[in-house]
This record gives sequence, C-alpha cells and structure tokens, in this order.
Amino acid sequence: MLRIRNLKCYYGRIIAVKGVSISVRKGELISLIGANGSGKSTLLNAICGLLPTWEGEIIFEEISLRGLSPPAIVKRGISLVPEGRLIFPPLSVMDNLKIGAYTMYRRKLHKNVLEDLEMVMTLFPVLKDRADQPAGTLSGGEQQMVAIGRALMARPRLLILDEPSMGLAPLLVEKILKTLAVLRDEGLTILLVEQNAQAALKIADRGYVLETGKIVLQGTASELLTDDEVKRAYLGKDYGDFYEGRI
Amino acid sequence: MSSKLLRKTASYGIFWIAVAAAGMSIDNSYYLQVLTFIGIHSILALGLNMLMGYAGQISLGHAAFYGLGAYTTAIMTVHYDLSPWLALPCAICLVILVAFIVGLPTLKLSGYYLGMGTLGFGMIVHIIFREWTSVTGGASGYVGIPPLELGAFSFSSSRNYFYLVWCTVLISIVLCQRLIDSRIGRALRSIHDSEHASKAVGVNTRNLKLQVFMLSAALAGVAGFLYAHFVSFISPGTFDFIVSIRIVTMVVIGGMASIWGALLGASLLTLLPEWLHAFSDFEMIVYGLILMLVMIILPQGLTRGILDIYERSHKKYFK
Ligand SMILES: Nc1ncnc2c1ncn2[C@@H]1O[C@H](COP(=O)(O)OP(=O)(O)OP(=O)(O)O)[C@@H](O)[C@H]1O
Ligand SMILES: [Mg+2]
Repeated sequence: MLRIRNLKCYYGRIIAVKGVSISVRKGELISLIGANGSGKSTLLNAICGLLPTWEGEIIFEEISLRGLSPPAIVKRGISLVPEGRLIFPPLSVMDNLKIGAYTMYRRKLHKNVLEDLEMVMTLFPVLKDRADQPAGTLSGGEQQMVAIGRALMARPRLLILDEPSMGLAPLLVEKILKTLAVLRDEGLTILLVEQNAQAALKIADRGYVLETGKIVLQGTASELLTDDEVKRAYLGKDYGDFYEGRI
Repeated sequence: MSSKLLRKTASYGIFWIAVAAAGMSIDNSYYLQVLTFIGIHSILALGLNMLMGYAGQISLGHAAFYGLGAYTTAIMTVHYDLSPWLALPCAICLVILVAFIVGLPTLKLSGYYLGMGTLGFGMIVHIIFREWTSVTGGASGYVGIPPLELGAFSFSSSRNYFYLVWCTVLISIVLCQRLIDSRIGRALRSIHDSEHASKAVGVNTRNLKLQVFMLSAALAGVAGFLYAHFVSFISPGTFDFIVSIRIVTMVVIGGMASIWGALLGASLLTLLPEWLHAFSDFEMIVYGLILMLVMIILPQGLTRGILDIYERSHKKYFK
C-alpha cells in the first residue's frame, strides 16, 4: 500500500533521513521505533507533504506523492496524528473533530460526517460528554483521543501516528494502543511511530528500527521483541520489567 | 443547537428593530450622519475582523482597499459619468483583484512581517492616490460625487442613506456569520490557533487565508463606495495609514472574533471623537487615554469584557 524507497530528507544542508526504505501492506500495523532525533518525525512529515524537501520514492497505492500538498495527501487517504497531538485548544472537541473532515466536507457528504462523528464517539465514549468543551481543557489522554478521532474523520485508508504515547501514563498508553489494534482488526492500515518499543511492538505485525536516519533492523514484531540488539538499545532490562509488571 | 439558532435570529431581529427605530425616531440629520458613519465603519471592522479575529492574520493596510473602493466609484461616476451601480461591481472586482495580487506573496508572511508587508502596501496606495494627479485628482481629490439613486428613489436624504448603509451592514453580518458557522469558519479558527497543525489535518491554509483576505478587502471596498457617495468628495487623507490603524483598533477594542464586537468597536471609535470635541486641544490625549484604559481594564475587548461582567453579576445575584 505504501512503499518508500531510498528516501532522503533534508533540512537545508542537513540530512536527517539517509536513504530509508520501508513498506506497509494493506491491513498491517507497522511500528517504526527509534531514539530521539533518529528522524522518525522527519520521515512522517515527508510522507504527509509537510516537508517537501526529500529525494527518493514515496508511493501510495501505486501513485507517487511527490509534490503533493498536505491537503491533497489527506484527500488520497493518508491521515496523520501529529507529534505532540497538535489539537486546537480553544476550539470545542466537536469542532476539532469536524476539522478533521475538512477535506471531504461537502454538503452532500454531511450525513457521512455525522456518521463518522458517531463512530469516533463510540470508539472514545469520554469525548461524547466533552463534545462542547474547549479541547485544551481535556486531559492529555483525552486530547490524544481527540487527535486520533480527528485523523479518523478524514476516513483514511492509512493512519499514521507520531508518538501517541508521549507524556501519557502507561495504563493510558495501553488503552490507546489497544484501540489501534482494534482499528487494525477492522481493516485499517496503520503506521505507528513510537519510542515505547515494547508496547508498540506488542500490537504490531512488523517493525522497523531507525537509528540516525537509517533503518538498522527490521522484521516481524515477535522477532524484534526477542532481538538482543533491540532489547539492549530500546527495551532495556528494567524498562522491560516495568512494562511486564503493568501490561 | 436550535436555541443557538433562535438566539441568532432574535439578535438579528433586535438589531433590525433598533435600526428601524433609530431611522424613524431620529430627525436630527447630524445624528443620522454619525450613525451612518458608524455603519460604514462597521462594515470595515466586520471585514477586518474576519481576517484578524478569525483567521488571525493582521492587515495594517486596510485603508487602501477602503480608498480603492471610493476612488473607483469616484473616477467612474465623476470622470466617466457612469452609473454608480455599474461602478459598485467594478470597485468590488478591482479591490478583490488587488487583494489577490497583494495577498499571494504577503500572506506567506506571518506576525510582524505580515504587518510590515500590509503596512507598506497601504502606504504605496496612499502615495498613488496623492501623486497620480491626472487620475486621482492628487491632494485635492474628487468633488461632486453624485448621490445614489434607484430609479425615482433617491438616497440623498440622510435618513434614506442611513437605511441603505445599515441594510448593507446587516447583509454583511449575515454573510460573515454564515461563513463563521460553516466548515470554513472552523478552518479559519484552526489557522488562527496553529497554521502548522491546520495544514497537517488537511486544511489548505494558503488558499483559505487568501480568500478571507479577499473577502475582507471586498467589504472594505464596499465601505469605500458607500463613503464616497455619502460625503460626495474624497481626498487621500481619508485613506492614509492612520485610518488603517483605526480600523485595527476598532476590531481590537470591540473584541476579536466577535461580530457584535466589530460593531461595538466601530461605534466607540466613531463616537469618541464626536464627544471629545469639547476637550479641543486635549482631544487626542483623552482619546488615547480612553483607548488605553479600555485595553487595561478589558484586555479581551469590550464584548468579552461586558459579557464577563454581566455573567459575574448574574452569578452573584443568583447565589
Ligand atoms: N526544522 C529542522 N531544521 C533542522 N534540523 C531539524 C529540523 N527538524 C529536525 N531536525 C533534525 O533532524 C533530525 C531528526 O529529527 P526528528 O524530529 O525527525 O527526530 P525524531 O526521531 O522524531 O525524534 P523525537 O523522538 O525526539 O521526536 C534531528 O537531528 C533534528 O535535529
Ligand atoms: Mg519526533
């Protein structure tokens, strides 16, 4: 569904992604893990058209995304849940969600938008009671739900998430990731970027490990979870135990 | 939802009754003229409020669009003896075109830089009004701009013009309100909050900013048209940089992102100079002081401030 070949991303003369190749097949949940500054967000921004300075190939459903604007890419079926959520704090939860449907909001589609709102509210029931509240007054976890809900409102075929666990308590992380697993089981293709390797790999089908702009490891999730290299660098003994105890 | 709609319809109703009542009961033509100016300024403030209050983009050159509207109709009606009703669509089209050309590069800027860019544009247009004497009449401007007529009906009386202007205000309010309540309005507010995030979720921020800039320019152009046919003479001084600042002040004082705030701001800034004539030499000082005080006491602007005070007293009362 998504095929990236030899992708290089530049910030001026700095090169942040140095020839990455990954592929995401329909219906898969792929985890991309890597430490701070390894280029995860850069890679995602390139896919979503937010960073136009890249070389290589990004092919989505057999069409190159080269030169497309972010709205055009959303229209093609890729939605991003950006790093740090980036919800609109002064706007109500409802308005935040509706903005997610901006690209497909034509009068004729109004019914679909209402249906999608219903779907998001079923997925995250807490948002129902908070619909008219400014999104900035929600808790971090609820805000993340708004961000995911907003991305789903565009009816994506590929959902991309940039560190949805950031700043959340382990229990909430688990809840959010479980929701992603449910969405995958319903047929949505997901590309999940995480530093929380253990949790991310647990729900993933396959994974990639990114290090200073290069893919250093890839394989099925269970392979990566047992890989010594990954354990040493990303899971860490204590870290692993901590999560074993909780999840 | 329906109570919201009811409130909105009710506020339009009250607004219209107030306008009609004022039009019927006031006989003093000076008062009617002041109210007409408030209406013209309200159209300016409403337009800029869409850009500043909702989309969060500043323009320090709005007097240029106001002036372009006025000069277009002046040139067409006085110089070429054409009908004002032909001049009106021409003025609107010209203003929108200029806004498009100016907005395309400047709206890439943001914050202070956008302020500077629009300020520069306003100054250039003002200089053109003043110096391109063969077309604009130079420093003395245009005199003898004809009053508006519709068939046998003339708008030359203060009362009729008052109605015409306030009808336009009402139409502008309804237009702006509909836009704000639509998906466009939501997207504008999202741009105001964070352009980057807005882009990330698929809002075409560049086009939208440009469109709202063109809309707010068009309203300024209409205000310029109404102004020219009201006072019947225009000169560059009416459209200089101070006027741009005054329009911004109306929006800020009234309360950003509020339609009624724009009206309130326009009223205050039109009435203050009239009231302050008594202070003669100190007029500008008192004027400045009042504006400063309003901003210090009610930093969110008049509308929000008054609502807050009302809500607080209401709560106390019921407790
Ligand atoms: N706007 C920018 N200008 C210059 N360099 C940048 C810019 N944004 C990121 N970089 C650099 O690109 C590299 C990759 O950054 P990126 O944000 O993609 O990392 P990341 O993997 O998402 O990290 P984190 O886990 O902290 O979010 C970093 O070395 C960073 O310094
Ligand atoms: Mg990142």
